[in-house]
Amino acid sequence: MKDFVLLFRQPDLKHSKIPASELQGLKKKWEDWVGGIAAQGRFKEHGIRLAPEGKVLRAGGVVTDGPFVEIREMLGSFIVVQADNLEDATTLAHGCPALDTGGSVEIRPFYG
Amino acid sequence: MDEYKIKKEPAPIGAGSLFNQDAEQEFLKQLFQREFSKMVAVISKLFGLQHIETAEDIVSETFLQAAETWGMRGIPKNPTAWLYVVAKQKTLYQFRRNKIFQNKILPELKSGREENQEIEEMEFSTENIRDSQLQMLFAVCTPAIASEAQIGLALRILCGFGIDEIAEAFLSNKETINKRLFRAKDKLRTEKIKMELPPENEIPARLDNVLHIIYLLFSEGYYSTTQNQVLRKDLCLEAMRLGIMLTEYERTNLPKTNALMALMCFHASRFDARLKKEDSLVLYEEQDETLWDAALIKQGKQFLSLSAAGNELSSYHLEARIAYWHCRKENSREKWEAILDLYNQLLLLNYSPSVALHRTFALYKANGREAALAEAKKLKLENNHFYFLLLAELYKDADNEKTKEYYQRAFNLSKTQIEKRGIQEKLDRLERN
Repeated sequence: MKDFVLLFRQPDLKHSKIPASELQGLKKKWEDWVGGIAAQGRFKEHGIRLAPEGKVLRAGGVVTDGPFVEIREMLGSFIVVQADNLEDATTLAHGCPALDTGGSVEIRPFYG
Repeated sequence: MDEYKIKKEPAPIGAGSLFNQDAEQEFLKQLFQREFSKMVAVISKLFGLQHIETAEDIVSETFLQAAETWGMRGIPKNPTAWLYVVAKQKTLYQFRRNKIFQNKILPELKSGREENQEIEEMEFSTENIRDSQLQMLFAVCTPAIASEAQIGLALRILCGFGIDEIAEAFLSNKETINKRLFRAKDKLRTEKIKMELPPENEIPARLDNVLHIIYLLFSEGYYSTTQNQVLRKDLCLEAMRLGIMLTEYERTNLPKTNALMALMCFHASRFDARLKKEDSLVLYEEQDETLWDAALIKQGKQFLSLSAAGNELSSYHLEARIAYWHCRKENSREKWEAILDLYNQLLLLNYSPSVALHRTFALYKANGREAALAEAKKLKLENNHFYFLLLAELYKDADNEKTKEYYQRAFNLSKTQIEKRGIQEKLDRLERN
């Protein structure tokens, strides 16, 4: 088994159309989904959860608020999972709640 | 609180003559088992842990003398005090003999200690017993010993179990257990383990190993395949007694200690309800909840609320909360969502096939059959009979042919007669419906 990172990109929730009443359900969806990976013994560790605010520095000293100005999705968080290969890791990513809210999962192996 | 359940004091001695033979035997067995660990701890503290066998011998000889003397003259008014006096005499004798040995044969190793004085000061006071037992608990639960040997050593030294009982608990034989204990004690010597509490700042980390051993002791009793119900219950009670000891000492009375105590109380509350006379396990759903021990559940809740202090969330916290939910025999979605959430968290801390299976069952109860089936198929625990029992359960009433097929596979994989009988009963019931 090798380690892979699943990177979750999502539109900023403030800009998405999810009503606040559904946020609790969304949290549960995430927990159940990660629980499902853990139930297969494939969960390695939580990555850092990034807060939505931030700044972007570009060449020429241009600073903008937030990374989501130019790209539709922002990096929210990531987890490390164990899988046989990239295809297997991609299978694990299926059902990720980020997909339900207009986001995506990027699956990346480690060097080595 | 139901005191005898946790601390297991022997029955009070009334008029000695009213004792029948069996009750007297039982009284002695309990007394010896209870005092063994205390006396071995106090004497080992004096001699040093490398001479733990000498301490065991002294205590065993004391019990032998007690059995002989009491058999003729009756049990004294204060049997515990009697034991302490005799053990002290024997210790003093052993010490002098050692001293002669040391003075004559190993004069160069003569220690500067005033040993005779030390032994005179040796006392079986409540405080000294408590301190020595705590130190022994940390010594036995040193990470240097493999955990299987550790449980054996804990059963012997901390719980006063006989070799026969330990062999039965492990479904092993005396010889194997003796070898295992010998190796464990040898390790105590070679690793120069001392009887002392770790420095205060190391206690939280070292405590993890101690709690783990207590947890294993309890599980050995609760889930053991041995048929001897008295022994199994004894194991659980001893594990709880050790846990109580840790809660009574300020520095080891941490939230995770209380979480483990809560977990054990909640589980133990269902001990009687789980067992039928014919020695087969009663499924949770079919348990008679009037047999649940309300006093233990109440006690468990107290420990659970004490465990909530601080920021640490140990696996014991999560397991205790799961066990707490199981003490509420409702079938609400709220309950199963809470249990599912706890199992999800538990899996992130420690994966185990058993937790994965329980989690999938909770998912079934909370989110329904389809969701659970999809997740169950990903588990692929094809060597685990509980996996097929779960699949059978998930297909029940939807596809009874599949249920039958999975019961059959579970039957083929199960290892004990109790399990096979239980699965056969399920198959028969399915046929009848």
